[in-house]
Amino acid sequence: MKHARIVITGVGLTAPNGNSLPEFRKNLLNGVAGIERMEVRYMGSQLAGVCHFDALKYQKKKEVRVGTRAGSISIYCAREALNDSGVNFEAMAKDRVGIYIGCTEHGNVETENEIYNISKFNYDTKFWSHYHNPRTVANNPAGETSLNLGITGPAYTIGAACAAGNMGLIHAAQMLRLGEVDFALCGGVSESIHTFGIFAGFKSQNALATHDEPHKASRPFDKARNGIVISEGGCLYTLERLDDAVARGAKIYGEIAGYHVNSDASDYVLPNPVRQAECVRASITRAGLSPSDIHIVNTHATATPLGDIQECEAIRAVFGEGCPDTYINNTKSYIGHCMGAAGALELAGNLPSFDDLTVHPSINVDDLDPLCAIPGLVLNQPRRVAKVDTILNNSFGMLGINSALIVKRFNP
Amino acid sequence: MTKEECKKVVLDIIADIAPDEDLSNVKPEVRLRDQLQLDSMDFLDIVMELRKRHGIEVPEADYQQLASLDSCADYLTPKFLAVAAKG
Repeated sequence: MKHARIVITGVGLTAPNGNSLPEFRKNLLNGVAGIERMEVRYMGSQLAGVCHFDALKYQKKKEVRVGTRAGSISIYCAREALNDSGVNFEAMAKDRVGIYIGCTEHGNVETENEIYNISKFNYDTKFWSHYHNPRTVANNPAGETSLNLGITGPAYTIGAACAAGNMGLIHAAQMLRLGEVDFALCGGVSESIHTFGIFAGFKSQNALATHDEPHKASRPFDKARNGIVISEGGCLYTLERLDDAVARGAKIYGEIAGYHVNSDASDYVLPNPVRQAECVRASITRAGLSPSDIHIVNTHATATPLGDIQECEAIRAVFGEGCPDTYINNTKSYIGHCMGAAGALELAGNLPSFDDLTVHPSINVDDLDPLCAIPGLVLNQPRRVAKVDTILNNSFGMLGINSALIVKRFNP
Repeated sequence: MTKEECKKVVLDIIADIAPDEDLSNVKPEVRLRDQLQLDSMDFLDIVMELRKRHGIEVPEADYQQLASLDSCADYLTPKFLAVAAKG
């Protein structure tokens, strides 16, 4: 079991430009971004990626009222993934199902809301909600999902800044290999657009994007990029051991081929290209591959002036000039930075490439920054390629956490 | 405020905290928990909303007075009148 092959059998997602994988993929191939203006408390109109899924599709009104936005996103994604997987969920042993959800942060939204609420009552804490603690515990999104679905196996979140989406999948694969669970719902979610603090924090850091046209605001690799567009979103997968998936005749999107997680140990916020390159190399080695075997590299690049250059430096160090079949793209250019959901969503957007042999581009690159001009970049137009057998997904986060995840085409 | 008006206030609060419930046939003499999907957190919500919207405090020892619409009206109407008298 330790070396069991782990496969992806279902995908459920909500992104600022789509509420299902087919819709999301279609928009990625057609250059349709999903950034809009929204009112942010104390800050006025800001650019953000907002999801427009129907929370009441899978929740009662009371669940939505009592729970959190991250909980609603998780429940929507989990239910969609289960439906997509075709598994007979009713017949499953619910204590053998694990829920592993990556989060950049959780609880800021609810805490800010409560402070705002008691500000209307002269800061008298007797008006503080009794729901504050269940809403803000770090496991909230996973816990709400377990409640909604009646899953009694392990359900918790993984805090890994913006590397968290990948971490959900990696952790689930590990738990399946350890035999801790037989079926996993995993990935990442984010409700971060509902906390003014994250907008204000990035603004104070001079890292918040501005642009007159919302859809052009998120522009990784472009010379005129000026920061991050903050987004909400979620993407959860169903993961299974290959034997189980085959036994039930499941549709298989791809196989987890390799992964690696490491830390920079060098700065609170600045990325470290040396450690990023080490992380990517280690994931490729674990997959038993060489850099030239990787066909798509989905970058983490968030459109900060320095961060994009440093990731390109890391990619150049690993792939250099000798990987003619390696194509590089970026999904944040469409949907902004979905924080804890980013890695999971961005991987999902590329999975259909195994079937359509098309690499979705990074859009909004009107003037490529020479320091980001790495070989294989797919810019502004989709690129039809001869072969897509492997996808490498980069996700990096603050406090220097790096993750790289490789999914390969399933071959029995 | 009359007792009937008091029941309407409580029902309005319940409509907000239990939006999936059909409140058209709530029997005033029957315990709310026996006819609606309400849990202990919901009753804390009722207490909180009475505090926020109407400035009425319900001490924990008196929570049982909120069991039915009739008992709510008996217990809360004097409190509403007292708040109104204070102006």
